[in-house]
Amino acid sequence: MKTAVCFYFQVHQPFRLRKDYDFFSIGKNHNFIDHTSNRQIMEKIAKNCYLPANKVLLEAIKKNPGKINISFSISGTALEQFELYTPEVLESFQELAQTGNVEFLAETWHHSLASVLSENEFVEQVKLHRDKIQKVFGQKPTTFRNTELIYNNRIATIAEQLGFTATLAEGVDKMLGWRSPNFIYTPKDTNIALLLKNYKLSDEIAFRFSNKFWREKPLTAAEYMTYLEKLSSRKVPYIGLFMDYETFGEHHRKEDGILSLLAELMNLLSKNDSMELATPKEVARTRRSMGELDIPEYTSWADRERDLSAWLGNSMQNSTAKLLYSMEKDIKTSKNEELIRDWRRLLTSDHNYYACTKYYGDGAVHNYFSPYNSPHDAFMIYANAINDVKIRLERTQNQTES
Amino acid sequence: MKVLMFGWEFPPHISGGLGTACFGLTKALSKLGVDITFIVPKIKGEQKDSPVTLLGADNIVPMTKSEFEKQTEHLEEYIEIGSTLTPYLDFDEYKKTKKSTDGDNNDVTIEFSGNYGQNLMEEVVRYSLVGEKLGKEQSYDVIHCHDWMTFLAGHEAKKASGKPLVVHVHSTEFDRSGNNPNTEIFNLEKFGMEKADLVITVSKRMKDIIVDKYGIAAKKVTVIYNAVEKDDISELGKLREFKKSNNEKIVLFLGRITMQKGPEYFIEAARMVIEKIPNVRFVMAGAGDLAKKMIEKMASMDIIDRFHFTGFLGPNDRERLFSMSDLYIMPSVSEPFGITPLEAIKHNIPVIVSNQSGIAEILEDAIKIDFWNTDKLAQSIIDILSSPHQGHAIIENNKRTLEQIDWKYVAIHVREIYQNYL
Repeated sequence: MKTAVCFYFQVHQPFRLRKDYDFFSIGKNHNFIDHTSNRQIMEKIAKNCYLPANKVLLEAIKKNPGKINISFSISGTALEQFELYTPEVLESFQELAQTGNVEFLAETWHHSLASVLSENEFVEQVKLHRDKIQKVFGQKPTTFRNTELIYNNRIATIAEQLGFTATLAEGVDKMLGWRSPNFIYTPKDTNIALLLKNYKLSDEIAFRFSNKFWREKPLTAAEYMTYLEKLSSRKVPYIGLFMDYETFGEHHRKEDGILSLLAELMNLLSKNDSMELATPKEVARTRRSMGELDIPEYTSWADRERDLSAWLGNSMQNSTAKLLYSMEKDIKTSKNEELIRDWRRLLTSDHNYYACTKYYGDGAVHNYFSPYNSPHDAFMIYANAINDVKIRLERTQNQTES
Repeated sequence: MKVLMFGWEFPPHISGGLGTACFGLTKALSKLGVDITFIVPKIKGEQKDSPVTLLGADNIVPMTKSEFEKQTEHLEEYIEIGSTLTPYLDFDEYKKTKKSTDGDNNDVTIEFSGNYGQNLMEEVVRYSLVGEKLGKEQSYDVIHCHDWMTFLAGHEAKKASGKPLVVHVHSTEFDRSGNNPNTEIFNLEKFGMEKADLVITVSKRMKDIIVDKYGIAAKKVTVIYNAVEKDDISELGKLREFKKSNNEKIVLFLGRITMQKGPEYFIEAARMVIEKIPNVRFVMAGAGDLAKKMIEKMASMDIIDRFHFTGFLGPNDRERLFSMSDLYIMPSVSEPFGITPLEAIKHNIPVIVSNQSGIAEILEDAIKIDFWNTDKLAQSIIDILSSPHQGHAIIENNKRTLEQIDWKYVAIHVREIYQNYL
């Protein structure tokens, strides 16, 4: 059997908050979502990445019938923003879906930390997202991938209960021990497939592609094929290449050839004798599990720690998460759709990520992704927005009582 | 009467209470007919309707290269008081850079930032060269200096002109550093006060510090409390409309978030109050080197739905926040005077101040606590918020006190001091 090369691309955009949402706005102006800059960012990324990269993939699929099989996970907040700001991007993803060669995964609608903080909300968001994917792309997701690849045994169990046949996780060395990420496993006490990320080869594209610190010249497709072939010659059943889709044209510039790399890789892989491109669903169906994998602690694909510390690592992050989730029951009881919508938009993990204070090394990555001047500024604005929702909730409750 | 004044900041460019106090004092003095030339390191922003003749040391008093070098050498001789200054100063180095950038016959203009940055000590010494020049060339009746940055300049002006020197101490290194003074600054403060004919300071606690820690004779030190501008009081009425509609109470900390201002005691007290009574919010307004630490401290107490940070506020937002607030707290660890409680009183807000502030000496009816006594602070907050009568009585009494506090009276007192020397 050929080695299955499994590409999964993450597409996500949060509803970023206004930088001027100050103390005086709480309870007065409820417009804490920065629609202007969200639109600008979406339009920019659509132009640099989503539209040209989708074009590359669509052409590759048409040129090599049946050979190009890839997968996407598109968060609900990204889908909402496509609908609001760049409907042409949504259409181009729908075109990809129509080829039948693209699998769409399920995740939490709001790219939230609900899997860690509220099982109830987690299940609701996954169901909402799965339904949305079915509606937009005409296929019911059978593979689950959690926010930022946050994973442990419990999350796998819930995924199974929700009817998924496969789930994804980071190939964390300290969890794998002597095991290789290039095999399929079974999460403890489940019957579903666990597909791991080969972070070394994934990061070769996502982080090191044209990074001057690591390499003199940008990575070429031929060079990357030699890395893949080294594994396929050892007959590994599977290679999981998981990365942000924004890698292609946004994080790395088109001028450095990142889009050509994508096109050439697709071309070379479609013609390779020992490897084939396969979606997670197909991998789970055709590759045998090497046995049970017990991962009790939370793992993720973020930072060097590959745990939850990027989102729940300091008092600012913990206190906002605690306050937000403490409101869950009352927010839902209110049946106020606007309130529920705003509350859920604040659940997006990016807001917590911006308040991360791990300064060294990984802090640079946090700074790159954060629109705020400092984690503390991000926290102040986030806390203001949460307090606005809380005050509105209390007002609704008072009205109901009186 | 002509007065040569040296300061470090003046509106509209101010970074703290010093600039505001200098403005209030000089405005009232000029109304009494005192003619003031006020020197700052650098003029920033536009000056309109200034009560003084404002001169920037950077370009109003240019010096030729040879003159500059002569003065530098002259300073090198007597800078022994600041032999400890050397870490900050390297005259040779400085002359070298000047030589390389200036042609032989060009005039050298001394550049200043006018900030409180890394080169502060160097700027202080360069600023003093301007003192000698002004003292020599123009005639004044009195020289008046505000805070240690200007003391060398005042002393130079006095040496050159033989006129009396008044130094005005708005804060000491002990207040700013929390009893961990920088030796160079301490030396300059002490030197300035020793060379002065008279020391003015802003509270009795400050006088005690000056006598005890700087060894200045008590009879040479006069206490004159600061005041607050009242011109805009009539405009406050309409700001009340910002007052929130629900019956929540807002307790305010407004000031620089630094060790000196005691922000952590405010947060500690807030936690205790929030546990005991509902419908109260705490707001910490301002910026400072402890802001991040305070945000994290507050977040760790899980009170983020009752405690808010605003960041640095401009004048309008400041007014707005005052008009929304129900109680103002100043838990300063060491506050020479403390003008912000007077602003709060102007806005009809009861105040709680620490005993470690100069303002506590004149606010007879304010609640006063020791800054470290957060139990008592919390209890006082609860008492005032839950008894509108008590809050109201404090406001009325404080307002009567405020009527007695006016820059006019301050200016009359200062003018008397000047006249003693004529």
